[in-house]
Amino acid sequence: MNWGSASEFFAMGGYGFYVWASYGAAAVLMLAEPLLAAHRHRQALRQAAQDHPSLNEAE
Amino acid sequence: MTAPGTQPGPQVNAAPLRLFTFAAPSRFYALAGWLVPVFWVAAVVLAAVSLYIGFFVAPTDATQGDAYRIIFIHVPAAWMSMLLYLVMAFWAGIGWAFNARTASMLARSIAPTGAMFTFLALWTGSFWGKPTWGTYWVWDARLTTELILLFLYLGYIALVNAIDDVKRGDQAGALLALVGSVNVPIIYFSVKWWNTLHQGATVSMTAAPKMASTMLTAMLLMTLACWAYAFAVVFMRTRALMIERDGHARWVAELAQRRITA
Repeated sequence: MNWGSASEFFAMGGYGFYVWASYGAAAVLMLAEPLLAAHRHRQALRQAAQDHPSLNEAE
Repeated sequence: MTAPGTQPGPQVNAAPLRLFTFAAPSRFYALAGWLVPVFWVAAVVLAAVSLYIGFFVAPTDATQGDAYRIIFIHVPAAWMSMLLYLVMAFWAGIGWAFNARTASMLARSIAPTGAMFTFLALWTGSFWGKPTWGTYWVWDARLTTELILLFLYLGYIALVNAIDDVKRGDQAGALLALVGSVNVPIIYFSVKWWNTLHQGATVSMTAAPKMASTMLTAMLLMTLACWAYAFAVVFMRTRALMIERDGHARWVAELAQRRITA
């Protein structure tokens, strides 16, 4: 174990700003990207359903 | 679309598996939909184990202190940025050469993820550069070629989206992607070919790794996590793109109806 306490962990031996700026950006981007992709998928399905208002009638 | 005498619809699934079975968007859509959650679980588990080892097991570096811990995200992101570019160029080229729509859609889906990892490599690199080199940015060969990679991804995305004719957009994108792939070996060997501030390869095929084994383990696990992440998010985007493009197709209409009424 490298850290005696939580504050020691967050301080990262004085390099906390640099370490957390790196991991923070990674976390934000890697959460945002799948959320955007899921949103796009739902949007596309909604659009497709709208373009075919009644599939059964068309048959 | 259907041959005389055959029934459209779910019977398609009974057809035998062949090499190109999953090139059909409807099949690819179903397979990818099954794989996405599998890759998410793998990504989360691998990332968690990697971060635990990277932050709690791996010791503080003798020369760089704890700033070196940025390596566990920096190197995997940089590897992914180069690998994804080559994969994107490969599928774009296949799509162009064989008029394979799924391959072209895959290429388009890879681009944003590749750009994201490229940005992350540059971002984490600059936050590592500040405490170790004393500067966020320097016009060094490795950094400059990686920045060019970001512009190649962004250029590809802008180009394919600017052309309304989907097929011509795919072809133009493929040309850009293939020509741009020259940049990838230049990035990789830049630290050898030029005198750069950036350190040489930490891990190579020919030499023993220049780092402690716990550090190496954390880095490789994060690389696997990034692979799983990339598969998951790229397949999610490919599925969305397939619905967007094949909105007129019967399988999409049926799917959309089921989703809405369910």
